[in-house]
Amino acid sequence: MKKVFESPKSLTKDPFTYCPGCHHGIAHRLVAEALDEFGVREKTIGVCPVGCSVFAYVFFDCDMICAAHGRAPAVATGIKRAKPDSIVFTYQGDGDLASIGTAEIVHTANRGENITVIFINNAIYGMTGGQMAPTTLVGQVTQTSPYGRDPKTMGYPIKVAEMLSTLKGVAYISRVALSKPAYILKAKKAIRKAFQSQIEGKGFSLVEILSTCPTNWGLSPIEANKWLEENMIPYYPLGEFKTPEEVS
Amino acid sequence: MEEKMLMKGNEAIGEAAIRAGCHFYFGYPITPQSELTAYMAKKLLKMKDAVFVQAESEIAAINMVYGAASTGVRAMTSSSSPGISLKQEGISYIACAELPCVIVNMQRGGPGLGSIQPGQADYFQATKGGGHGDYHLIVLAPSSVQELVDLTMDAFDLADKYTNPAMILGDGLIGQMMEAVEFKERKKINLPDKEGWTLTGCKGREKKYIVPFNLDPYEMEKLNLKIQEKYNKLKEKEVRYETVNLDNADLIIVAYGIVARIAKTVMSNAKKEGINIGLIRPITLFPFPEKIIAETSEKVNKFLVVEMSMGQMVEDVKLAVNGKAEVNFYGRVGGVIPTQSEILTEIKKYLK
Repeated sequence: MKKVFESPKSLTKDPFTYCPGCHHGIAHRLVAEALDEFGVREKTIGVCPVGCSVFAYVFFDCDMICAAHGRAPAVATGIKRAKPDSIVFTYQGDGDLASIGTAEIVHTANRGENITVIFINNAIYGMTGGQMAPTTLVGQVTQTSPYGRDPKTMGYPIKVAEMLSTLKGVAYISRVALSKPAYILKAKKAIRKAFQSQIEGKGFSLVEILSTCPTNWGLSPIEANKWLEENMIPYYPLGEFKTPEEVS
Repeated sequence: MEEKMLMKGNEAIGEAAIRAGCHFYFGYPITPQSELTAYMAKKLLKMKDAVFVQAESEIAAINMVYGAASTGVRAMTSSSSPGISLKQEGISYIACAELPCVIVNMQRGGPGLGSIQPGQADYFQATKGGGHGDYHLIVLAPSSVQELVDLTMDAFDLADKYTNPAMILGDGLIGQMMEAVEFKERKKINLPDKEGWTLTGCKGREKKYIVPFNLDPYEMEKLNLKIQEKYNKLKEKEVRYETVNLDNADLIIVAYGIVARIAKTVMSNAKKEGINIGLIRPITLFPFPEKIIAETSEKVNKFLVVEMSMGQMVEDVKLAVNGKAEVNFYGRVGGVIPTQSEILTEIKKYLK
């Protein structure tokens, strides 16, 4: 019998501990598949953040280090500079990357550090129990925006992919979603391109992944996918914002 | 033997670090240590397989050190007081992850933005932990440019030996002054193999990870106890100090760094007036030389601790003396350097 589907080598056998309907598991799998396909698992060092995916070090079967909240791009810079032949990726949420870690992500991108950033945007803080993130949509109710995000006092949601794609040192940026199979296939392609760009030494690459947080959104997994498509995608358009061709 | 060179303190640290095999430097400009950052840029950017990054912040710089150190290379960052405060989060992570690195603090007057003149008011921060959680740095306090060189090299060895961050706690005066230095041939010492913990990619082995946390409190307590064990070993094996004229002294000055230099002038001037002063100069501030202080307090009953702070190291001296002698304090702060004559006047108050 021919095997048509298996667990990627770059994932451990540990079962994911993420909530039902959360997209972290899919995102982990796509990253692991890309590492497998490029044959780089044995020279990869991943940097996990503070947040739900602090446990990514358990699930990825490659060398891993945990950074302080928001500092993953700086830690990744240190690793990549010390070991330029390794493949280095960070895996960060929106509180981590777009709030407390804005300085690190902007300057790591601006230096054109040859690393790959997997950025999970689920418009909320997951691990701390559903507070407002910099990516929380206008009007969205969270624990710290209980009457809805009011842009007059809380600002507008940050579009990370668009913002970083203005920087010259950036090689590849795209935004993808995981709410249906067609999107997942596109996300896989984007993640592959991001790692490809690093393998070819083209510079900084980032994939922003729109994800669900059914637990903190207070929705079922199916409703959460629908909410993402109806609310997040219109504000956070999918697509490529920068490709390596534009760099040269 | 190498020839003597005239070097500024900050630059001498840079040269010493490079000669100690530190080819990875991450920094951010701040007075009065910027010459060190500039020296590393000048040298490392021209060296093969060496890295200099001017980070976007002190926070980023220490986290770059964390990343680089995790791969097993000798890495360093440097700053001065306000910048060192910013690094504390990262230092706590590195201590918890048990990674070696060297951090240089050329202290200036504080608190707040403070001043840009020399200070010693970061003693608590340096020796008691500084960031959150129970940890210590190995803290070395040079009092000359030559000692900056020697202790910088030692700091890398000690950091590797104990897989713990080490700090050079200098001040703006030592950093800025020029003195003759010699880069002596150093004895080869055996340091533990780093292979067990370095992240290099998992080729031919199981994956490794460095995670400075554990959500199981019993496991986290175990980690704390393991780190504590290292501090006990440091206290047992790595204490360093200098003593001058302890026998028959009427009073013992305890001072470190540049203040100890001033104290030596005080001693010779006091001698001319028939006052016999001794000096204990801690070279390691952590581990603190408590034993020699305790022993001396059995023989001499008056101590004067002199610091460029409102009284920080004096607490450790009092703990060591444990009530067996009188411990007095004299300090100048905010960037003011105590003069030898005002210290002598202070001494006379206690010898009436």
